[in-house]
Amino acid sequence: MTESFANQPWLSFITFAPLVGALFIMLRRMLTGRSEDGAVSPEEQTQVDAVARWVALIFTSATFLLSLGVYALYDPSIAGYQLVEEVPWLGGGINYKMGVDGISILFVLLTTFFMPICILASWNSVKSRIADYMIAFLVLETLMIGVFCALDLFVFYFFFEGSLIPMFLIIGVWGSKGTKEFAGYSMPSRVYASLKFFLYTLLGSLLLLIAMAWMYAQAGTTDIPTLQEYAFPAGAQKWLWIAFFASFAVKMPMWPVHTWLPDAHVQAPTAGSVVLAAILLKMGGYGFLRFSLPMFPLASADFAPFVFALSVIAIVYTSLVALAQEDMKKLIAYSSVAHMGFVTMGIFTGTEQGIEGGLFQMLSHGFISGALFLCVGVVYDRMHTREIAAYGGLVHRMPLYAFLFLFFTLGNVGLPGTSGFVGEILTMTGAFKLNSWIAFFAAFGVIFSAAYALRLYRAVIYGKLEKDALKTIADVDMRELAMLGVLMAFALYLGFNPGPALNVFSPAVDLLIENYDAALAAGGAS
Amino acid sequence: MTLLETLSYAWPELALAIGAMALLITGVFLGDKAAPQISLASVVLLIVAALLAAFSPGAASTVSIFDGAFRIDAFSTFAKVLVFGAAAFAILMSDKYLAGEKLGRFEYPVLILLASLGMSLMVSATDLISLYMAVETQSLALYILAAFNRDSRRSTEAGLKYFVLGALSSCLLLYGASLVYGFTGSTQFTEIAAAASAGGQNAGLIIGLVFMISGLAFKVSAAPFHMWTPDVYEGSPTPVTAFFSAAPKLAGMALFTRALMMSFPGAVADWQPVIAIIAVASMAIGAFSAIAQTNIKRLMAYSSIGHMGYALVGLAAGTSSGVSSVLIYMAIYIVMTVGTFAIILMMRRRGGMTENISDLAGLSRTNMPMALILTVLLFSLAGVPPTAGFFGKWYVFLAAVDADLIWLAVVGVGASAVSAFYYLRVVWFMWFDEPAPAFERDHGPALAFAAWGSAILMFPALTVGMGLLRRIAETAAASLF
Repeated sequence: MTESFANQPWLSFITFAPLVGALFIMLRRMLTGRSEDGAVSPEEQTQVDAVARWVALIFTSATFLLSLGVYALYDPSIAGYQLVEEVPWLGGGINYKMGVDGISILFVLLTTFFMPICILASWNSVKSRIADYMIAFLVLETLMIGVFCALDLFVFYFFFEGSLIPMFLIIGVWGSKGTKEFAGYSMPSRVYASLKFFLYTLLGSLLLLIAMAWMYAQAGTTDIPTLQEYAFPAGAQKWLWIAFFASFAVKMPMWPVHTWLPDAHVQAPTAGSVVLAAILLKMGGYGFLRFSLPMFPLASADFAPFVFALSVIAIVYTSLVALAQEDMKKLIAYSSVAHMGFVTMGIFTGTEQGIEGGLFQMLSHGFISGALFLCVGVVYDRMHTREIAAYGGLVHRMPLYAFLFLFFTLGNVGLPGTSGFVGEILTMTGAFKLNSWIAFFAAFGVIFSAAYALRLYRAVIYGKLEKDALKTIADVDMRELAMLGVLMAFALYLGFNPGPALNVFSPAVDLLIENYDAALAAGGAS
Repeated sequence: MTLLETLSYAWPELALAIGAMALLITGVFLGDKAAPQISLASVVLLIVAALLAAFSPGAASTVSIFDGAFRIDAFSTFAKVLVFGAAAFAILMSDKYLAGEKLGRFEYPVLILLASLGMSLMVSATDLISLYMAVETQSLALYILAAFNRDSRRSTEAGLKYFVLGALSSCLLLYGASLVYGFTGSTQFTEIAAAASAGGQNAGLIIGLVFMISGLAFKVSAAPFHMWTPDVYEGSPTPVTAFFSAAPKLAGMALFTRALMMSFPGAVADWQPVIAIIAVASMAIGAFSAIAQTNIKRLMAYSSIGHMGYALVGLAAGTSSGVSSVLIYMAIYIVMTVGTFAIILMMRRRGGMTENISDLAGLSRTNMPMALILTVLLFSLAGVPPTAGFFGKWYVFLAAVDADLIWLAVVGVGASAVSAFYYLRVVWFMWFDEPAPAFERDHGPALAFAAWGSAILMFPALTVGMGLLRRIAETAAASLF
């Protein structure tokens, strides 16, 4: 392999490849033949839709393959940033800079991996405005990859906040039915959910904007490696940490700013929920690791007990809330909040187990909760309801589905052998080293998660098949089986053999902890 | 400097003044049927003036002319090019509307030319007398434009309201100017600055300064001097509103910036709190009052009040980077405003204009390109990346943080989160709701060009080329110091 080959801007290629697909669909859509009154004939519409679906699938798959190529160029034994590319942008220390390290590379892969699945999941279930839908997903993919590849805080923010727009449209346009009364407005609940999603996240990230402005004013650059080495004064670190925390805690989401998530999950179309659970939530955890810990180590250490408290509350409280849900998606959404609690708990322990466990948990939660939302989507496509009470006894008609659903339910509980177990045990080990009480309370979450997950499973799958509507329900088809099967393979593989993933993380994590401890030692001495 | 030399720096203004007179006389002879040709000639004249300004011998260096009454520098050139461009678009975009409403009179483009002349003088004025004269040249043309639909009660009301309140604000400005002159003994900005810094704190001077700020705040419709804006925006013919919300705002803000930075550079601590409070009030009123609006022109009025607030955040910083952030913000602002009004002018059904936000319902299904353009512009107005509006916000907040006005930046982001709500509401009408009857599809090339052009500038052109705009704005800002 020649040097020049490796020096191509590969990260930019994979970031913008989906955007090219989106432009392609947009072009086809604009060239749609219309009659005088602007109407489109059904044949023409079918053709546009087919083009949109296939182009989206081809581009997301190609992006995935490209990202595998990028992974081949990536050397997991090196701790620093790799495949770095830099182009002048705004000038004055703000450049377009991309690069990956052990913390981000797997999230890039996770993103590119999930997008073809999302396109497939929407193949038949999305019925209206398919071209627009595919464009929104492709644009979203570009923005998400950009978030994980950005090596400049400004570029990161640009992608981070930009990703709100497509998701806002996905929830609002293709969300489910129902109305909601809010502040005197009567609005469709999908609109309520999409607005809540947008405004919550926007408000959180605007504080980050100010913190970024302050850091830029101090350091004269928004280059991430430089900022990571720039030791901000301890007093300023507190405020900066709070501003960053506001943004990432909302994204994560942590208790008590998690309330947008159940709404967004319930209203989003299946693929929207999958992206939200598998990737968008991970941006929060990624942000903590990329910014909060390395840039504000003193504040991170100071605020760690606060984060632990919130995490434990999230784990216990949202697990209990999940127990009371009657909507399948809402239940899984609350369980996501609980699982993200393990992630934040692990990250802020500042220990190798905790951080690697948090990273692993994010990865594993991506596969498992993504798959669970797909499972809900399977029955939702058939019955058009997410009410737990509307189901029961599905095992009699859908044995294969019952098996897949059981696997992912157990993965969600954290059964040994699934990837869910590894993340939970590692984060708890990390927490235990620091303070056994935290681990003690967090362990309750594991018990509760078994309670709500198995309750959901029993109510939906077991029992007698009594409801008439369910008597003709069909088992998973090949498309659904393929999607869920792949995810199952990953969850199993990572569960039995977490080594490869952890080996990718560990050089970067070791470096992070080394710097973190050094900063704490220096800060404590001064 | 000989007279001829002096005049060589004033080519853009001379071209506009002579051209406007010539077109007026031509119009008188040919009558209203020549209105389209006169419009076209005016556009050409504005483009010529913009080119003359851009390639003027003073553009690269700083030249004072007419004994310090005006100054040609990078700052004035930046503002002039944008003002002329916005004015040209205002004329181009109005033809179809005016013809449809039977308002196709030749005075319209001539008035815009005269207003542009006033604005061009405003941005280079460096003397209290020339400042006042320029402001009045602009304002008189604008009052007539507001009442241009003289058979409409709302339009005449808008014109009258604008005139009465505008006259009041001119009084404030004049009173402030006379106080400043009285306490410093000069009308020239540089000499005022010298006298002010030599004399130290002086209550009379500060009172004069505050009066001047009040008068100027009225011209840029900053709160609490914003009351006229929603009514004038709603009542004026829509192309006139489009013009009002772009070029005069930029000219006013440029004048505001120059007057404060050149006359009172030593008194930043004195005027900074005043500007900060005006900025906070404007952002808050722009954010909260717009929520309840149902008329899109009123919504844009409140939105422009809010945007003036953000631009003033940059001015409040009182630094070179603050001035450049104001310029960046205003440049982006006028582009997106022109584009948004192009879309509003496209909201036409069966010959009649519609102005309600609910008329946009389901636009993404009835007219995708229009919905796409408006969506980009609205997200840009809300300041959400990846659109250019985000960069405008970033630079003003950066300037504020840099000048230790973190609280102001925090208020600013709070206001932009609130204002995001009403921009999103329009987006939600367009994308999430059931379609209202489709708009007419035949808009003519000018509107389509303005709409597409501004949307493409907002994303992706300026997103990529932001570094260039920043450099130009920094050069322009540096010429004030």
